[in-house]
Amino acid sequence: MGVTLPMYLDYAATTPCDPRVVEAMMPYFTETFGNPGSRNHSYGWDAEHGIKTARQQVADLIGADSKEVIFTSGSTESNNIAIKGAANMYAKKPAGETGRGHIITAIHEHKAVLDPCKRMEKEGFDVTYLEPDSDGLITREMVEGAVRDDTILVTIMWANNELGTINEIPEIGEMCHDKGIVFHTDATQWVGKMPTNVKTDNIDLLSLSGHKLYGPKGVGALYVRRRKPRIRLTAIQEGGGQERGFRSGTLNVTGIVGLGKACELCAQSMDDERERLLKLRNELESKIESALDVVQVNGARDRRLANITNISFGFVEGESLMMAIKEIAVSSGSACTSASLEPSYVLKALGVGDDLAHSSLRISMGRWTTPEQLEYAGDKIIEAVKKLRELSPLYDMHNEGIDISKIEWAAH
Amino acid sequence: MAYGEKVIDHYENPRNVGTFGTQKEIKESKEIGVGLVGAPECGDVMQLQIKVNDDTGVIEDAKFKCFGCGSAIASSSLATEWLKGKSIDEGLEIKNTEIVEELSLPPVKIHCSVLAEDAIKAAISDYKTKHSQN
Repeated sequence: MGVTLPMYLDYAATTPCDPRVVEAMMPYFTETFGNPGSRNHSYGWDAEHGIKTARQQVADLIGADSKEVIFTSGSTESNNIAIKGAANMYAKKPAGETGRGHIITAIHEHKAVLDPCKRMEKEGFDVTYLEPDSDGLITREMVEGAVRDDTILVTIMWANNELGTINEIPEIGEMCHDKGIVFHTDATQWVGKMPTNVKTDNIDLLSLSGHKLYGPKGVGALYVRRRKPRIRLTAIQEGGGQERGFRSGTLNVTGIVGLGKACELCAQSMDDERERLLKLRNELESKIESALDVVQVNGARDRRLANITNISFGFVEGESLMMAIKEIAVSSGSACTSASLEPSYVLKALGVGDDLAHSSLRISMGRWTTPEQLEYAGDKIIEAVKKLRELSPLYDMHNEGIDISKIEWAAH
Repeated sequence: MAYGEKVIDHYENPRNVGTFGTQKEIKESKEIGVGLVGAPECGDVMQLQIKVNDDTGVIEDAKFKCFGCGSAIASSSLATEWLKGKSIDEGLEIKNTEIVEELSLPPVKIHCSVLAEDAIKAAISDYKTKHSQN
């Protein structure tokens, strides 16, 4: 079959830069290298022109006004500025009995949201970590049920990075606006793949990353709503006052130009791309499900991004599965490779058993994924699971009708 | 993580995979000792079976199955190779450090070798228990 190895199926981790993005960036390294902050010569003006175009391209992709786009180094920084900045700005002064204010998030958010929330907890805020349902979803109802008089900020991701599941973001935003609560969403996996309109979707703050949408690494953006309501933030990084004072520091002009171009390309192709990947993803899932027993597709099947699938294979261990398909780059739901034996906290949040959570693969596709690649990957995965099950004492027990959860295992 | 050559060899061509019967049959057979160690939630379960000659006390055959990472599979595969032909007393002398050395396991994988040693000891102990019941 016409596939070259190794094969990349980990687009949710990062994407290659689109060559058209690289092309747009090139002149800004050597020719248009000026500092956009230099207001008094053409080098500065030319760089500023590139920034202005990029700001518009990003704004257009998410339905924002260009003045509402703040460039950052990526989603992690955007999340930090949004969460810490909003918490500190809208903190109760003086602090009430329950602290400086209440923040709502979810336990299966990305670490780049959870850790800033934990930091705010240490700094006197109270944080509620919502548990998703077994489909991995956070609904408006769940968030509304957790709202208190002192809730100042809600931060819920748009689409989950391990599962691709899509939370009720416009609905949660509407509820937050009704109650006067600031609403942030980490839309890293969402933007560029799904139509987005921050105005009608009721978003106050939105994080996005360049390298997840075929732009360069080290650049991203934060949308900060300017009207109805106007969101204010306490800056973390101070200095030259760039980006409306929200993020001081000389702009990463080349990266920003690349991000802008990447956004423009996504806007052009996202609808066709989504349809194409949905078909490929569904074919892969049904192929695997018809070839193997005890497999589970994790997360709400009908509320997922088209390019991600997260599958658990019973009775095989994740790291050995990755080893068996080592020429296919996917992500293991199990974090064993980082020397910790903890299965994915996202899968645990869904109530997936430890045995299944230990053996899940996240396969994520993108712009250069072909039907031939998925055909090959599907065959390889099925072959590997079958081979490992021949080795698995747990699969034998399962076939003999022994309930593994009833055995008294000596934990080590 | 990069694996050592010997780990990859055992992983790709595991020695002595299998079992001497169903769980029930194994339990009833007096010449077979079974060690089942680890736990699914920890990501490693090893099942090691030895078939011992009652007269000589020599391990004539050994089989394993393993749910675990490549290093766990390699450690248990190696254990079966080393056990065959040894007396049960000699089998008890196999140390996890020898497995670490043979397979060049990195520090984060030492627990796999410990598990293999535990499986050996558990299998021999199971055989002895069954035997003393005669």
